[in-house]
Amino acid sequence: MTTPLPPSAAEARRSPGPWRTAAADLSRNRSALAAAVVLLIVVAATLCAPLYAAHVAHTDPFQSHVSGTTVVDGRTVPVLTPSSTGLGLGVTPIGPTWDPAHYFLGADNQGRDVMARLLYGGRTSLFIGFTAALLTCALGTAVGVVAGYAGGVVDAVISRVLDVIWAFPVYLLAICLSVVLLTNGLRLGPITVDAGSLWLPVAIIAAIYVPYIARPLRGQVLVLRNKEFIHAAVGSGAPTLRILRREVLPNVLPTAIVFVPLMTALAMLTESALSFLSVGVQPPDASWGTIIEDGLGLLYTRPTVTIAPGLLIALTTAALNVLGDGVRDALDPSARLRGGV
Amino acid sequence: MSRSTRRGALAAATVALALTAAACSSSGSGSSSDPSASSSGSGTSAFQPQHKGGTLKLVAHAAAGSFDPQVNYTLQYWQLYQSLYDGLLSFKKVGGQESFTVVPDLAAALPKVTNGGKTYTFTLRKGITFSNGKALTTDDVVASFQRIFKVSSPTAGTFYNGIVGADACLKKPASCTLSKGVIGDAKANTVTVNLTAPDSEFAYKLAVPHASILPEDSPTKDAGTKPLPTTGPYMAASYDPNRELKLVRNPHFKEWSREAEPQGYPDVIDYTFGQTVESEVTAVENGQADWMYDPPPADRLNEIGTKYTSQAHVNPLTAFWYATLNVNMAPFNNKMARQAINWAVDRSAVVRLYGGTNLASPACTILPPGFPGHVDSCDYTKGGGKTWTAADLAKAKALVKKSGTAGQEVGIVTQDDDVNKSIGQYLQSLLTQLGYKAKLKPLSGNIQFTYIQNTKNKVQLALTSWYQDYPAASDFLNVLLSCASFHPGSDSSINISGFCDKGVDAKMQSALKSAQTDAKSANTQWGAIDQQIMGESPVVPLINPKLIDFTSKRVGDYRFSKQFYMLVGQLWVK
Repeated sequence: MTTPLPPSAAEARRSPGPWRTAAADLSRNRSALAAAVVLLIVVAATLCAPLYAAHVAHTDPFQSHVSGTTVVDGRTVPVLTPSSTGLGLGVTPIGPTWDPAHYFLGADNQGRDVMARLLYGGRTSLFIGFTAALLTCALGTAVGVVAGYAGGVVDAVISRVLDVIWAFPVYLLAICLSVVLLTNGLRLGPITVDAGSLWLPVAIIAAIYVPYIARPLRGQVLVLRNKEFIHAAVGSGAPTLRILRREVLPNVLPTAIVFVPLMTALAMLTESALSFLSVGVQPPDASWGTIIEDGLGLLYTRPTVTIAPGLLIALTTAALNVLGDGVRDALDPSARLRGGV
Repeated sequence: MSRSTRRGALAAATVALALTAAACSSSGSGSSSDPSASSSGSGTSAFQPQHKGGTLKLVAHAAAGSFDPQVNYTLQYWQLYQSLYDGLLSFKKVGGQESFTVVPDLAAALPKVTNGGKTYTFTLRKGITFSNGKALTTDDVVASFQRIFKVSSPTAGTFYNGIVGADACLKKPASCTLSKGVIGDAKANTVTVNLTAPDSEFAYKLAVPHASILPEDSPTKDAGTKPLPTTGPYMAASYDPNRELKLVRNPHFKEWSREAEPQGYPDVIDYTFGQTVESEVTAVENGQADWMYDPPPADRLNEIGTKYTSQAHVNPLTAFWYATLNVNMAPFNNKMARQAINWAVDRSAVVRLYGGTNLASPACTILPPGFPGHVDSCDYTKGGGKTWTAADLAKAKALVKKSGTAGQEVGIVTQDDDVNKSIGQYLQSLLTQLGYKAKLKPLSGNIQFTYIQNTKNKVQLALTSWYQDYPAASDFLNVLLSCASFHPGSDSSINISGFCDKGVDAKMQSALKSAQTDAKSANTQWGAIDQQIMGESPVVPLINPKLIDFTSKRVGDYRFSKQFYMLVGQLWVK
């Protein structure tokens, strides 16, 4: 017989719970914290895009200023400067002035302020990245849990559908879907998405990555299904939905959460690639991918237009990956001990 | 025709040719006064044997499909055909304005025109041999005219539909005989062509590659990648559209007319495909290639214009880039809405997007400057004037408001290359400023040109361009904006705006008729028609482009024909 501990000692020994432990672990992970700070700065900066455009740069980043002028060192100069040497061929947009009020990072081939477009483009890229990642994780979790728990025919059908999607190279599938849907938009029963809507790349990216979430989660559920606590719940007569919600989901949720930052990075990269290929975000909307595409024709004369969004994509996805690793370590310490996912 | 793909759909050009008029048409003033225009080497010069030999290396991003001269309709190969194939007549192989002149080629002289302009009799030159060793006969000429219909040449129904019997050939190409239309007389060595009605532009139509004379036994289907025997100084030794086209000297060629078909300088012309445009520029700069077909990318223009000035040749073109406004669909079924766009477009902005003032000039008329019938006039310039000087956005906004079309959606269809797309983005921005909800739809160049022609696609505004097939005002006005060129539901409806005005059409017919006897009077009429159409504003002329040819350091004797551009066979590399 054991002697009960006094109430205060019992409280002291009580576990703070998995979420609090994870939060505490995450707060001790300096790399993850640094990544979170970088992300916060990027998000905050992009949220300030309208303020920057209206009150600092005094420009409309979605309107062409091909014949416009600006002020550099007190002189009025054209935003797009025609060549005046030799045969006078070609027109070059103004380069970085490092003056936030006058084309800080220069102009693109439409005479638009690159800095203002970068901030607006960041909003779009981050919006698509986060939204697509959330949607993918939600759909992937639901599909994985149902397939893994139901087993039998349901599992077989879902798994084969996932296999088919998985069999296509991701970018090829995304490009095919985009090319088709960009013409007429998406109509799925009551859901209608216009051809130029930002929700279109969100839906496409979310759809193509579902197997990447659903398959590992299905495997996890297959293991869980044979655990004693699930057998106990079934034996006690609990309805399936309740078992899924109360017993299965809480056990796979940490894994799904770990996927969110990683999928966000992946979704952002996919969006950038699609937009670069002109089948993602459509003009006049800007994303980091479309800005890179705009800058491609200026690679020799104004590389800033391409390099700046490229650097931001690299920085943001690196930060998301480091943060994702931190979240994984915090939610699943055993993975850290194993040295991998 | 569009630059990359000629898809001329010349609507029935109905009246007869006076060959003198063809020659007279070259009297239109050129625009070579441009300071940036390079010397185009006008005039026929004597052959210089010391420059003969060597391999001329050409590069292009892609091949241009079938090598059959009666099928291919691209500038890329029409340029080469000048040194390969010949017709009864030909455009003079010289630089400058003279290159618009039609001269006898396989025919010994210009044809004898009788029967009120409906019968043409040609006498063939003697002693001409195909590259396969067979002598040219009248049977080859007759068979070649039949073959135009048998291979369904792109211009069979537009350029050659006036030949007697053409209607039957168009209906049943396989059994085409043109028995009363094209008659060969082997004894007299003559060929007679009968037309259903006089055609003032028939000489031009005989001088383009679709009227090339080929051996009688040529396949009666598209020869594709198997080059056909030639009569010119070169023949194709091999052709792989994914890799290379190799032209070598035709061993049977003997120069018969220096102005029609001069002998070439290089021994071999090697045309390779598959490089990026950026690498093409680098290859020419480094002397690894002698000429690039594709226009240099925007970010290399300054480099070419400053470091390689002696190797860059800029020439004005008889062409225009324009936006079509669909007059049968909202909002541009409203004349005020159409005029608003013409007032609003800043042509100087479009010039900048194209590459600057030395590569294009603002356009305000359909007929390009220097083209027969062109009159300096501009209905849509701020403050008025004969040429475009500035846009009037305030006036445009007022017109949009008055038209009651503000807030409507407008789709803009462009090609997806850098220049077209950037002009499309500019138009989208402009339309948004005017109060429309503008959407940009960039499409691959392979499909955009046919897509915008088909009314089923409900294109409201499209960006496109037109490069002359031959130097006649009707090739712009009659082809692009006559009722006969509008075919709802067809991919081949070159009147993209759907503009059809019976009054204007009647005036076009009158001008075509006048051209048979009085070219000057006809051109005056065409100038007035141009202005009348611009008053209705079915199109928005944007720019008149120039062409930049970038050649390697070793290339000499650059000559620019206004009709078919750089004379490839006349370049020397030694």
